[in-house]
Amino acid sequence: MAGNPRFEQKIVRAVLWTMTGATILILLFIVAFILRRGLPEVSLEFLTRNPENMGVEGGIFPTIVGTLALTLMAIVIATPLGVGTAIYLTEYTWENRLTRIIRFGADCLAGIPSILFGLFGFILFVTKLKLGWSILSGGLTLSFMILPTIIRTSEEAIRSVPAAYREVSASLGCTKWQTVTRVVLPSALPGITTGVILSIGRSIGETAAVIFTAGSSLHIPTSLFSSSRTMAVHFYILAREGISMPNAYGTAAVLVATILMINIVSYYLMHRFTRKYS
Amino acid sequence: MTRLERNDRLIRLGLLMIAFSAVSILIVITLFIFSEGTPIMFKYGPGRFLFGLDWYPSEKAFGLLPMIVGSFFVTAGALLVGVPMGLACAIVLTQFASKRVGRILKPVIELLAGIPSVVYGFIGIVVIVPLIRENLGGPGLSVLAASLVLGVMILPTVISISIDAFQAVPPTYREGSIALGATVWQTIRMVMFPAARSGIVAAVILGMGRAIGETMAVIMIAGNAAAIPGSPLAPVRTLTSNIALEMGYASGEHREALFATGVILFVIIMALNILANWTSARRKR
Amino acid sequence: METNREPLIRVRDFSLWASSVRILNRLALDVEPNEILGIIGPSGSGKTSFLRCLNRLIDLVPGYRSEGEIVFGGRTILGPDVNVVELRRKMGMVFAIPVPLPRSIFENVVFGARLSGVRGRRTRLDLAEESLRRAGLWDEVRERLDESALNLSGGQQQRLCIARILALKPEVILLDEPTSGLDPISTHKIEESLRKLRAAYTIILVTNNVKQAARVADRTAFFLSGELVEIGPTARIFTAPEDPRTNDYISGRFG
Repeated sequence: MAGNPRFEQKIVRAVLWTMTGATILILLFIVAFILRRGLPEVSLEFLTRNPENMGVEGGIFPTIVGTLALTLMAIVIATPLGVGTAIYLTEYTWENRLTRIIRFGADCLAGIPSILFGLFGFILFVTKLKLGWSILSGGLTLSFMILPTIIRTSEEAIRSVPAAYREVSASLGCTKWQTVTRVVLPSALPGITTGVILSIGRSIGETAAVIFTAGSSLHIPTSLFSSSRTMAVHFYILAREGISMPNAYGTAAVLVATILMINIVSYYLMHRFTRKYS
Repeated sequence: MTRLERNDRLIRLGLLMIAFSAVSILIVITLFIFSEGTPIMFKYGPGRFLFGLDWYPSEKAFGLLPMIVGSFFVTAGALLVGVPMGLACAIVLTQFASKRVGRILKPVIELLAGIPSVVYGFIGIVVIVPLIRENLGGPGLSVLAASLVLGVMILPTVISISIDAFQAVPPTYREGSIALGATVWQTIRMVMFPAARSGIVAAVILGMGRAIGETMAVIMIAGNAAAIPGSPLAPVRTLTSNIALEMGYASGEHREALFATGVILFVIIMALNILANWTSARRKR
Repeated sequence: METNREPLIRVRDFSLWASSVRILNRLALDVEPNEILGIIGPSGSGKTSFLRCLNRLIDLVPGYRSEGEIVFGGRTILGPDVNVVELRRKMGMVFAIPVPLPRSIFENVVFGARLSGVRGRRTRLDLAEESLRRAGLWDEVRERLDESALNLSGGQQQRLCIARILALKPEVILLDEPTSGLDPISTHKIEESLRKLRAAYTIILVTNNVKQAARVADRTAFFLSGELVEIGPTARIFTAPEDPRTNDYISGRFG
């Protein structure tokens, strides 16, 4: 502490920048490592063929279908609930005890580990409601998990719509609901979409909540009641049970590339959105 | 009342019901996990679960202490790695970096949050574990490996919440301090840190919650031996891995014991959530 | 003007509180059909709040409470049973800062009308043309109705906001410092259209610009700290005010 404060600052600054640099490097390393080892394994055939011999050979087609089905299901359920909650919180009420309870509930839900969602989905959907390991059980469980994200991002997006738009709309004789649907939601759409896209990313990468609710069947799902394996679960099984390292790398590369793209798209959208109103 | 007004009233009611979806789901999850997990705890006495050292579910030995201690060790290790790194990033991004650099770095760091936990676990197996085994000895699958990987995994949480905390400090504090001749670092240490303290505490608590709750990455790299680890190089099993490892085949009392594990995990997580909520509520005041 | 027939808007004993702070204190005034009533006063005198009470826009913010009566066209406009949607269509409002919605010029003009049930593209086009003509904007935008309204200049945007209200066929037009952000030429154009609009509408013009009231208002009211100090024909208010505070304000001694 003694000595020259400018010198001290220089040292601290160097240390902090090094740590930040290390964080960035770790991230780049993870992405580069997976893509470098995995992308050579990926081919059109890998993406479109069925796995053979438990995944030792062949492609990952059914797991892509399974991932899409589960994600779609989760988004279709969670988006109306999340956006509806956000609309209620921002447009239909003022801060009070009720809104604090709703926000606290959403925050707590966001903090619950995915394995507990898996436990819950397993006991309620798979066994009690007798839906079995299925896209339905997995999709419902995932939708509960992503709900808080969609609530929070939609609420932020809706709040950033200028209050003047609401006043103008009301002064032109719009009912509250007309204001919401014609003015507020269209303006908040990019922000809401960003939240939905981030949730898609989260659903695609989720393993713990899905493995106990959607199961790990390698067949192409034929209905909402089919068990299905997602890419993330497939990758986990291949890597953990050492079934096939090349295929594990390939699956990981597809997974990471997808998530990379999703993040870039959502970042781009968010950027455009914030620029519009600043 | 006109048709439009009646519709508006119906819509308000519908939205209110939707708004309770998150709270209802939380309540249902709580009820289910407790109703599945607590009966067996009270049948054999909570003490046997919380303080028992042996986990042999087939012989009705349901001691969860190794897993509780294991979760604690791994989480503490993750905080040792993640909190300094995370705070460093938050300080650099809010205090040192130019706006333009910040605009590039922030999304890159946010990308960390998007990488699936299985990928982290995989990197752990193929990179970290061999590195530990060859340089430090032991099986490699260890408290250390799990701490390192979890430390990186909690970074996005720690960074984004502490960035919010720093940004919530009124700019006049900073400007005032610098105008008095303090260096940027003195300002951070003596003005920004105290002012953002509760936000930073919330960041640490939520990062802790994330580390305790993480499952797949930990299973892949921690070794999963159900015994209290004697050193950072020893394998460890956490509460989450205990559930995920055995859920696939457990039945009867064994399965109930896994739900009891879930109950303990749930209580810890909720306590952390409430704590975080309380600190950030204090910050707003 | 002072006749026995019922005024278009009658305000009696009207007070407004924001939580426990009184913003308006026992106002009493009449608004006659087809007049331009100017409201002047320093900022914070309650002019804008008064305007927002007239079309109940004040409802959008929590914590306001009012007392007294405001009658419009023979019916009270206060209380929970009033159809505010209908009221707001009859009382069009223009804000201090022009706020075009992020849509095309055409869509902005017919926004309210479309929701109140005006059907058919042809009908709407006619309506848009008529409204834009009356607001004095038609010749400038006729070629680019489908362009974003955000591309218009500030003055054009404000006239668009007026056109948007005219499309609703209101009875009263409320203007809240409509030219405060505009250059003199745009201000002149808007004052021009206000004078033309008086034939068909009743206009209440809140303004910070005392000279503007002198230029366009038939009668002028002076608000100070939530009270109505004085109301009367503009010529008299500006030449022989009864209250010394009015004289001080219009001669620029405060505010």
